[in-house]
Amino acid sequence: MRITTLTSIAALLLGATSALAAGEDDYKAAVAAAEAANKQAASLRNQWTTTASTLAAAKKFADGGDFDKATASAKEAEALAKASIFQATSEKERWRDLEIR
Amino acid sequence: MKLRSATQFTAAAFALAVLAFAAPPAVSADKVDPVADEKAFKKFFYDKFPKLKPEDFVNGPYSMDADLYKQWQDKEQFPPYEFSLELGKEMFSKPFKNGKTYGDCFPNQGIGIRQDYPTFDEKEGKVITLELALNRCREANGEPAFSYVRDEMAALTAYMAFTSRGKPFNIKVPNDPRALAAYENGKEYFYTRRGQLNFSCATCHVQSPGERVRTEVLAPALGIVNAMPIYRSEWNGMGTTSRRFTTCNSQIRGVPLTPQDDEYRNVEYYLSYVSNGLPISGPGARP
Repeated sequence: MRITTLTSIAALLLGATSALAAGEDDYKAAVAAAEAANKQAASLRNQWTTTASTLAAAKKFADGGDFDKATASAKEAEALAKASIFQATSEKERWRDLEIR
Repeated sequence: MKLRSATQFTAAAFALAVLAFAAPPAVSADKVDPVADEKAFKKFFYDKFPKLKPEDFVNGPYSMDADLYKQWQDKEQFPPYEFSLELGKEMFSKPFKNGKTYGDCFPNQGIGIRQDYPTFDEKEGKVITLELALNRCREANGEPAFSYVRDEMAALTAYMAFTSRGKPFNIKVPNDPRALAAYENGKEYFYTRRGQLNFSCATCHVQSPGERVRTEVLAPALGIVNAMPIYRSEWNGMGTTSRRFTTCNSQIRGVPLTPQDDEYRNVEYYLSYVSNGLPISGPGARP
């Protein structure tokens, strides 16, 4: 019982440590995913300004060597880009809800 | 058991058949009917603001707020767009290097024709706005195109609008599938939510005209393009229709498209068509 608990705590700590200490590779993967999603948003003619500014912030953090913050910003930019894709896709039908008839 | 299943199947099939006949045909929702749209659009605004006369809608926020209306009346004694109007008149009459003028590119030498734009070009199969026509005129005469969002384009369109003041919008959507598609795409753009704020054009200009966004009173969509181009105190200068569309997109945290992209041309076509019959009031002034 005690061993199981200790193992769980150790696993949690390890997980937390690895999440906190993002390296350059993590950043590069995160920024590539964000850029791919933003490119898809562009093809749908629906990019958000906040995606671009969050990506720019990620690159600035990376230039300063802070890959933790850079990775976190890149992931946020990816989430924003994905939200803009969802918006553009769902609005293909939903716009009619607002139409004056 | 078999009999029960068969009965249930038949009942379900019957219910589906009833639903299929009761539901309106899918095509009716997709049918492009500009005449019906215009009627419904106007009715919506006339019902929402029963005290306003139809021609009042072209005055935007000034028709929605008594204090603003009074300020506007005072401002019109020395209108802030006057410098732009003078510049536009001068530019319009000055010949290009080849000796031709803007007037040579337009019907009636370009005087009193603003109410006919945007128009649908059947050869090209696309919507042509006045701003686009002006730049095409320049390029056809060996002159570089102007920026769609800067003062020169605003000045030229201000002068052309001024020569059409009081003339009713007369936008035509021909019975051509490409024109109808452009019109419908413009309508879709107008009602589509975009940007991180999840706003459509209609969120402000259909759902909330007369309401305030911070210090600004929102204008109704009906008649909104009749006053273009506009002097905006917020901009401390003149703005074209292109500038208005791109800044609207930025304000809702959407990346603007390139001025005169198809989407912007089409939404101007839609908005102008549904304001048919209302007078041109441009150039305008807005807070």
